[in-house]
Order: sequence, then C-alpha cells, then structure tokens
Amino acid sequence: MPWKRIKLPISPGRFLVQGDEAVADGAFCAGMRFYAGYPITPASEVITRVQQRFEESGEGVYFQGEDEIASIAACIGASWTGVKAMTATSGPGFDLMVENLGYAIFTETPLVIVDVQRAGPSTGQAARPSQGDYHQVRYATHGDYEIIVLSPWSCQELFEFGIRAFNLAERYRVPVIILTDEAIGHLREPVVYPEEINIFDREHDPDAPPFSFDEKDAGPMPLIGDGKSLLITGSTHTEWGKRVTQDPEVHRKIVKHLIGKIRNNVSDIFESHEEFIEDAEIVIASYGISSRSGFEAVKRLREKGIKAGFFRFKVIWPMWEKYVKERLSGVKKIFVPEMNAGHLSRELERLVDVEIIPILELGTCVITPEVIVKEVEAHL
Amino acid sequence: MKNYMDWIRTDFFPTAFCPGCGHGIILKAIAKALTELELRREEVVFVSGIGCSGWIPSPYIKADSIHTTHGRALAFATGVKLTKPDLTVIVVGGDGDLASIGGNHLIHAARRNIDITCIMADNNNYGMTGGQYSPTTPRGAKTSTSKKGHVESAFDVAALVKAAGASYVARYTVAHFPQLVNAIKKAILTPGFSFVQAISTCPTHYGRRNLSQDPYEYLDYLRKNSVNLKNVQSQDDVLNKITIGEF
Ligand SMILES: Cc1ncc(C[n+]2csc(CCOP(=O)(O)OP(=O)(O)O)c2C)c(N)n1
Ligand code: SF4
Repeated sequence: MPWKRIKLPISPGRFLVQGDEAVADGAFCAGMRFYAGYPITPASEVITRVQQRFEESGEGVYFQGEDEIASIAACIGASWTGVKAMTATSGPGFDLMVENLGYAIFTETPLVIVDVQRAGPSTGQAARPSQGDYHQVRYATHGDYEIIVLSPWSCQELFEFGIRAFNLAERYRVPVIILTDEAIGHLREPVVYPEEINIFDREHDPDAPPFSFDEKDAGPMPLIGDGKSLLITGSTHTEWGKRVTQDPEVHRKIVKHLIGKIRNNVSDIFESHEEFIEDAEIVIASYGISSRSGFEAVKRLREKGIKAGFFRFKVIWPMWEKYVKERLSGVKKIFVPEMNAGHLSRELERLVDVEIIPILELGTCVITPEVIVKEVEAHL
Repeated sequence: MKNYMDWIRTDFFPTAFCPGCGHGIILKAIAKALTELELRREEVVFVSGIGCSGWIPSPYIKADSIHTTHGRALAFATGVKLTKPDLTVIVVGGDGDLASIGGNHLIHAARRNIDITCIMADNNNYGMTGGQYSPTTPRGAKTSTSKKGHVESAFDVAALVKAAGASYVARYTVAHFPQLVNAIKKAILTPGFSFVQAISTCPTHYGRRNLSQDPYEYLDYLRKNSVNLKNVQSQDDVLNKITIGEF
C-alpha cells in the first residue's frame, strides 16, 4: 500500500514556529529529502529550516542553485531518481520557474513548490504580503493542464499542508504548489506536531511505462537507475516516452490525461472550511490570510444578528465547481476579501449566480475584520 | 556490452538528423566510449537539452535519458547526480543550448566541479531553429540572422569552462573521431566536472552558408583547419584555425 502511517521524524509537541519554518517541517516529515532553492524574500527562511532538519537527521541533500530555473530543474532531476523534492520561492522566482513547471506537469513529475507571495508586479514590495499570484499559479505555463494549489491560513496549516502537498504530488504525479504569503510566512504561532502522520509514497514500478493516458488516474512511476532505459521528454510522447510531435491524437490523449487525472479526482483533492453556512444569508468567501480576517468578521457580524456564513478555500485549484455552486448558490450576496484586484471574485462570478462583492486590498496590507464588517454593513 | 551498437536504439532509425550531420558521429563516439569503458546500462544516465544536439542521446542512446527544456540540462543533471551519486551522468547539448540560454548553468557547473560529463555538440549555429548565429559563430560568418557576416565575436567555450574550474576540458572535431572517443572516455573517468567540446557539422545551415553543404568537404575543412594545442608555437599558428586538444 502506498499509504503509510509513520512516526513523526521530528519531536512531536507544541512549539512556537514561524510559517516558513512550519512548511519546511511539514515537508521534511512527509519525506522530502532534496531541496533546491535560490534566496528570495519572504521565502528564505524555508531554506534555513530545511538545512537544519537535514543536518539534524543526517539525511537529505540541499542545493542552492544559481537561480530559480536551476533550482526547479534540479528538483525534477532528483524526483526522477525517486527522492521527494521541494523548492520555495516568491513571485519573481516563480516567474523564472514557469517553463520547467510546465515540464514537470507534462512529464508527470511529483514535486512541491512553496510560493510565499509578495507584492508585485516585478520586484514590488519584497517584504510585504499580497495575494496577486492566485491566477498565476494556475495558468502560469503555456498549454492545457490542471494543477493542485493549497492555500493555508495559519502556521499550523503550513505544517499540515507541507505533508498533504507531498501526498498529493506523489498520488497524482503532479507538481503541487503551496500558495502562502509574507504575512503567514513570517508569522509566529503555536503549532502542534502530532506523534504520527499518514504519508503516501508514489507507486514505483520499474516495468511500467513512464507515462499514462488514463483519464482517471496517474500511472505508477519507473525511475532513473532502474536499468530500463527510460525516455523522459517534455515533447509530446507515447506512453513509453517516444517523441511524437506531429500526431494530434497523441497530444490529445496526453492533455486529456493531465486534465482528467485531476478533475476526475477533484472530490478527493478539494478541501474547504465552512462555518455558519447552513442558515447563512450572506457569505464571506476567501482563502489564505484574508480568510482569517474574514472569519473574525463573520463572528462579529453574527454577534450583531447578521446571518453571515464563512467559506474558505483550503485548496484553491482545482476548483470543485459543482460543489461550490451547490454550497453558495442559495445565498443573497457573497463578499470576497482578497489582497489583489479581484482574482477569486472573478472566479466566483463565473461560477455562481449570486451578487459578488469584492473587498480588495491593493496596498500590500492585510485586510482587517473592521474593513470587511463595514463593507458588509454598507451593502445590507 | 561488447559492441557499440548495443548502446544505440536502432528501432528509432532512421535518425531525425539531416544527411551528413555531424551529430551522428558524436552519437557513435559516445557509444564507443561507453563500450570501451565497459559501462553498464543501469549505471549511466543522459540528460540533454533542446536542439538537434539534444536528440543525440534522446532517444538514440539506449540508457535512461531526460530530454529537458532548452539550456537547462545541466541543472536537471545536478539534481540527478546529487541524489544518485553512483550514476555516471552525461549531459549533451548544443552550443546554443549550453553556451547561450544555458550559459549560466554551464559556468556554475564548472565552478562547482560536480562529477558530471558535459558534451557540447558545437555546430557554430542554431541548427534546429533555422541556422541563426550562436555564441560560437565566428565573427564574419554568415548565418540566417547574420546574412552579411556576424558582427559579434565568439566564445572560446572550452577556455571559459576551464577558467571556471572544470577538472577536464578537451576540444576535438567530428573529423578527429579517435581523439573524440578518447576525450569522452577521459571525461567520464575524471572525477569532477568534465567538458568536451565536439565541433560538429551542420551542412544544412552553417555549412551551406560558409563552408560546404557537402559533408565530406565540410569534414575535410575541419581536419585541415585544426591545430593541436600541443603544436602551437606562436599566435600565427592559430590564426583562423580551430584549436583542438586538452586544455
Ligand atoms: C526557451 C526556449 N527558447 C527557444 C527555443 C527554441 N529553440 C529550440 S532548439 C534551439 C537552438 C538549438 O541550437 P543548438 O543548441 O546550437 O543546437 P543544434 O540544433 O544546433 O544542435 C532554440 C533556440 C526553445 N525550445 N526554448
Ligand atoms: S539542422 Fe544542422 S544540426 Fe540539425 S540535423 Fe540538420 S545538419 Fe544536423
């Protein structure tokens, strides 16, 4: 069985941990033993913690690449030898990774990328938070595909998502992105490290074809070093990795597989956090750091007798469209606080036939509950 | 494996290379080197870039191969080598691939001196995309993007890689087959970063515009215009010549 219950490889207990450290710890517990990265604010603390865990345990290889392109490339190379690999970066570094992210998607390489968002475009405000990468992480690379993006709202969740990201990456043979931001990355909070966790190790089969056209699932993975003369390529290929770059049918099959293996399992992948939804007349829907303020706002609104509900996307991609439609269609208004020019708002406008009211913060500040409460009251 | 053909995936023949392309000679040189070193298939992994040169190992060599993105082969290979140090990791790319888009990875791989063998199939231009000038196109040479003669000067990539810290650096042309095989063998055996610049022929683009579209004449040009570093006495000896040998 690929699922295993393991003892935590670090001390369990309750600790005060910074967000960037928590995600590094989660990944380490999930079995991450190769890390490559290039320093960037506000993601640099991930590197320091990974190094510490590798040194303490005497396991794992750390590599500081000459840039982010080299870092993600090295992770892909490492992953094909069977090692769980991760990199962490922020917006500008993510920009550089995009071409090889596409390579990892097309070659079905398990991999985790932590994107600690900062304000952009361009160099922007390096040490200030933002949620401007919401669509970038989904649509970064050219072509058609599906990807998995997790959005934690606390240091505890950064730890847990560090584990879940690897489980999903290994399960579906896909790069998984943890989309966090400066505010949570640099936050310090108590985090509980449990005694035991569940982890998923990819199905390794030396005799399997390296790629699959199955629209329901990812195939098992042979590895570099198995002695089977693997052909791995980012060009359109057959199941055995032979380049076929003129046949539309082969390309169609691959793309259908890449999309199908995620969409057909969306109920397993998608996760939301909902409170007070059953009798809600209005809903505050959000993700990441903004949803923390959103939750506080919902509680304050309830105290004032307003039937407010809370919907938080723990997984922002893939969007489980059917489910979200069902859950949110009955309400009168949906308020969407986010630190960008309206990314989730636009996605929800597309999905549900309910008035969407974006509450946007473009000034690199975390949205406060007061702002949300005021905005909701103004619309009642 | 006793016969170099055991290393070659003939089921994918004929190759995608143009008739007379020098990349086929490099393919054979690599297969011979692997055979003579008596390496086993499961000990070797190839990592290649994008370009005609990237197709030398992928798919024509029968071993694990990762055909990566343009210019990034060395970075992928670094991840493989760091996690599987026992593997013989061989990178194959073109002059555009390794010295232009991947130039930063090349000098850093040399500086780190990690145990990777890198073979640069240098045809002095970008073959796959239509014969544009590359970092090794000589000044004055005609390419599809320098029709009146190239105005920039070329990199001496072997000297650059040596200066950056590689353990073994050699340059030969495809007209020096035994030397090329020998250099590849030495490169594989040398611990640390090894770099073999294999001057190749591209009759379709570079040859047609500058030397000859006839593969034999092109090879003959390379043979006659090369001078071994060992025999260089003065600057005059290397004027308009290809210097070959070990750096
Ligand atoms: C990022 C990116 N830019 C451009 C290209 C287009 N491209 C494909 S092959 C190539 C050049 C290949 O030249 P070289 O490495 O010298 O190899 P050759 O074909 O001459 O053997 C280029 C520019 C690409 N694939 N990716
Ligand atoms: S374009 Fe040039 S390098 Fe490419 S296969 Fe043809 S001859 Fe060889």
